[in-house]
Amino acid sequence: MHEDRFPGHKFLPYLLIAPSIVVIFVFLIGPFGQSIYESFFVSTPFGTKTIYVGLRNYIRLFSSPDYLNSVVVTFKFAAFVIIIGLSISLAIAQLLNQKIRGMGFYQIFLIWTYALSPTVAGVIWASMFAPATGLIPYLVSKLFPGYTMNWMTNGQLALFIVAAAATWKMLGYNIVFFLAGLQNVPGEFLEAAQIDGASPWKTFWRITFPLLSPTTSFLLFVNTLYAFFQVFGLIDIMTHGGPGNATELLVYKLYRDGFIHINTGFASAQSFIIFSVISVVAIIQLRIVTRRAIYYR
Amino acid sequence: MIKKTQREIFTHIILILLVIILAFPVFFALVTSTLSFQESYQYPPKLTPGSQFIDNLKEAWSRINIGRLFFNSALISVVVAIVKTILALLAAFAYTHFKFPGQGLLFSLCMITQMLPLPVRIIPTYQLMAAFNWINTYYALMVPFFASTTGILLFRQFYLTVPRDLPDAARVDGASPIRYFLQILVPISKTNIAALFVIEFIFMWSQYLWPLIVTTTGEMRVIQIGIKMLLASEQIAPEWNVIMAATIIAMLPPLVVLLILRKSFVEGIAMQTAK
Repeated sequence: MHEDRFPGHKFLPYLLIAPSIVVIFVFLIGPFGQSIYESFFVSTPFGTKTIYVGLRNYIRLFSSPDYLNSVVVTFKFAAFVIIIGLSISLAIAQLLNQKIRGMGFYQIFLIWTYALSPTVAGVIWASMFAPATGLIPYLVSKLFPGYTMNWMTNGQLALFIVAAAATWKMLGYNIVFFLAGLQNVPGEFLEAAQIDGASPWKTFWRITFPLLSPTTSFLLFVNTLYAFFQVFGLIDIMTHGGPGNATELLVYKLYRDGFIHINTGFASAQSFIIFSVISVVAIIQLRIVTRRAIYYR
Repeated sequence: MIKKTQREIFTHIILILLVIILAFPVFFALVTSTLSFQESYQYPPKLTPGSQFIDNLKEAWSRINIGRLFFNSALISVVVAIVKTILALLAAFAYTHFKFPGQGLLFSLCMITQMLPLPVRIIPTYQLMAAFNWINTYYALMVPFFASTTGILLFRQFYLTVPRDLPDAARVDGASPIRYFLQILVPISKTNIAALFVIEFIFMWSQYLWPLIVTTTGEMRVIQIGIKMLLASEQIAPEWNVIMAATIIAMLPPLVVLLILRKSFVEGIAMQTAK
């Protein structure tokens, strides 16, 4: 792939990567291995003794209705954030990807939500939807007299609102990447399709969308990580996993079991399960990217 | 021709509508932050700004030490973004300009990092902080974040496109690899450095779960946790006006960073996406 541009410096490359590698080993790979190890143990209430229990933590998890509920909730939440979020972002990026006046202005004002934290997004949406006093329940009560919108008692509604808030916050990021991807689609391809009389709709699905697949799969991965982990603050601010456990995402349950109930083995098993899901998504992403590379040559 | 103009006007209308819809929640937060407590609970809700912003901010300041939390967030975000950038520059330089035994393996190791976000190793990482005596210190808030896959990939992608005459010429001139790195490679990486800084600054500024776990006292908290503290201290009716004043302050630094470095950020992403 490349040659040695500075032959004769045997130790220098190792020295250059050493800081990154040390951090990765000490704070990432080491703890990850330790986490898998701890998932086979339970500790006594005061943490004085740990007992090997084999797969019992895992069995307990999969026979726990609470945990299975978290799995379902997380998948619903992630599906919303990914499918709705990516579709809207792609549509907006497509709209932005043309020569019109004021592009710079639109670009800034459509990507800036990227700079907001999930916590900030959460607190703002919580205030807008505050039952009985918030703006949105007010508007809803005007539009549909007799219906009271209260997401603190309606689990499905709560899940929808946290997912919408999370999606809104991520739009800016997705738009930046989609726009960059769209701008790399060779113009000749699109012109050729136009000359052949293909409709814009067809051109998009037959040419633009396949060429965009590396960007899309990258965003799929990033948004999965986001929906699984980074929204913790948003959930903690907005619902604490409630009402009931309607919005208790896996990461929130993990935090509760590990740091509130101090059940380390149980929480470590949860960590490993989440890792497995992430790996599957990562493999899918990798396959899409490599397949495209081959197809291109 | 007329048809084309019409289409353009239509596009503008849609884009402006989108801008307004996307901005609305923050506009609403801004308005709320300027109202008095009574005004913030007016029915129907008030959508015109009041004049209480400074008072609300003062109130928030007296409940949580915003100055200190703000400083903590700024410190960890700037330090982590800078350290990550430096480590990523060094590693990308090694991976693209040298050939050494174990290179492939060590590169995969860096890539694996992407699949190990904090929650999949959170308990042992916390235990490690306890073992180092780092709980409630800046070390715990910063050091575990120092490795950056994003950065290594970003710079690697770019360095692979650097014409090979550049290092060759440097070598012929007798420049050491380090000198070539510092005087040629780093300066031409400006755009990517800025892009990475934006990404990492925003990433660190948004951290919530980790600071929640590893800090235990008010003066080590970060601003994101401050918002939670304001919200949690409420009894019956949240004082949204006070909370939103703090929220506005909390959202400013990453927005400013993004706006200042927007051009480089967008260009850096475009470079990364182009294969």
